[in-house]
Amino acid sequence: MSGPPNGERPERGTPLVEVHDLVVHHGQLRALDGISFRVFPGEVYAIIGANGAGKSTLLRTIAGLHSPTSGSVLFDGTDVTGLRPERRARQGIAMVPEGRRLFGSLSVEENLQVGAAFAREGPWTIERVYETFDWMRARRNQSAAQLSGGEQQTVAIGRALLANPRVLLLDELSLGLAPVVVQRIYGMLPQILAAGLTVLLVEQDVSQALRVASHIHCLLEGRTTLEGTPASVSADQVEAAYFGLAGAAPSSAAPEGSEP
Amino acid sequence: MSWVNAIIQGVLVGGLYALFACGLSLMFGVMKVVNLAHGDLAVVAGYVAIGVITVTHIPVLWSFLIVVPVMAVLGYVLQRTILQGALDRSVLATLMVTFGLSVVIENGLLQFFTANTRGIGTGLALVTGSFSIGQIQIGYLPVAIFVTAVVVLLGLQYFLSATRYGRLIRAVADDKEAAQLAGADYRHVFGIAAAVAFGTVALGGIAYGMYAQLAPTTGTDTILLFAFAAVVIGGLGSLWGTLLGGVVLGVAQQIGAQISISDETLAGFIVFLAVLALRPQGLISRGAQS
Repeated sequence: MSGPPNGERPERGTPLVEVHDLVVHHGQLRALDGISFRVFPGEVYAIIGANGAGKSTLLRTIAGLHSPTSGSVLFDGTDVTGLRPERRARQGIAMVPEGRRLFGSLSVEENLQVGAAFAREGPWTIERVYETFDWMRARRNQSAAQLSGGEQQTVAIGRALLANPRVLLLDELSLGLAPVVVQRIYGMLPQILAAGLTVLLVEQDVSQALRVASHIHCLLEGRTTLEGTPASVSADQVEAAYFGLAGAAPSSAAPEGSEP
Repeated sequence: MSWVNAIIQGVLVGGLYALFACGLSLMFGVMKVVNLAHGDLAVVAGYVAIGVITVTHIPVLWSFLIVVPVMAVLGYVLQRTILQGALDRSVLATLMVTFGLSVVIENGLLQFFTANTRGIGTGLALVTGSFSIGQIQIGYLPVAIFVTAVVVLLGLQYFLSATRYGRLIRAVADDKEAAQLAGADYRHVFGIAAAVAFGTVALGGIAYGMYAQLAPTTGTDTILLFAFAAVVIGGLGSLWGTLLGGVVLGVAQQIGAQISISDETLAGFIVFLAVLALRPQGLISRGAQS
């Protein structure tokens, strides 16, 4: 699951997700300040950064939950900046939101059914979700609110997969979960990717992101501070980019996607 | 024996209150819209029924086949236009908009239909007839209304728990944004919920027009108040709570009337206040449904 050993990036055809000079405000606060990058099919693209770096805002803007002040979001070459989140979802952008956000008064199976309600054609069915996560079948009639955090996260992933998306946005999977549970959840990614899925994830846990990602992109206070494959960036570079220490090497590792 | 009679009559009229309350509860539970025009819309449905019966000469009881769909469409359109517009601003805006709607409807009805009261199906055996058990006389109509209310609640329960749109309505009520991420257009889902709520309002309006008399002001001075009381007593957001709330309200009123005829309404509201003070979450707190 790690990037190519030589540090080069496989560029295949049109980028599936392309973000162009994105500026997003939360009231007066400039949460994102001119972010650009491209995600190619089959990549695991990880956005890392500290709290408040703008990672979740970026993901939510791609999903359509925030409107950018300027800049654009392209999906498979088409500008989707003006589309509502539900339209983007039906076109193949699925998101596992921060904090799971399961429907608490619905059962596990009903949560999955909602995920499948506007699904595209594709490999994921409720049956397949049950086969992939085998504990779920026995507890399908339980209320989603009764599950543990890790179980809820798995149901949230299953719900997103059932849309048969082309790109899966994962917002802070590790948040509030025990390390062993985080390990297990990230361990499932290869299985998910086997279905030809592109993943764009946001993660505070840098070591976890470096382990699974084929490309990383570090944000600091709404700006890009580092981009590259895990193999091409040093621990020092990542640390400097993450915390904004003096002498951070800005975007030197892989400049190809950082400037429009 | 008169006390037993009071309780039986109270339980039966509780079905009527539940018909009013379930739509109010649904709209609040899903959209967080407190629909102050709820009672007036029931009156509108009653007048539409009178119009439909007069023009088409269909049997009174079948008028609901036309009135329910008409009100459902009206519900969808109102939700997608002015109610959604208000929701996009604030919860306070929805209160103002539904209050305004209430005033407009009431005055519109006064203008077109005068302040005279009107009944629906006044000569029917169903409306006037009754049967007796021992010394207790029970009208056919209150029984029919109660049965209708139970059937409506069963239908709502089935719709919400076992159909695609019912599931989406509950999902959107839980978390609008997460539902959008699954591809659901929550505005459309809100529209469907409003259509269903207005359908129940239509039945309530027709039932009230047969049970009592409709006037342009009936919506706010009677129906809305009783619907609110039933919802609060039963528990906000609980489907069967509206029936329990309606029954408790009805029984309290009938017992009040038994003590002194002028205490009927007062007794109902004393129970309403007592529940609000002692058990503000209602007798049935928010369950799995709605």
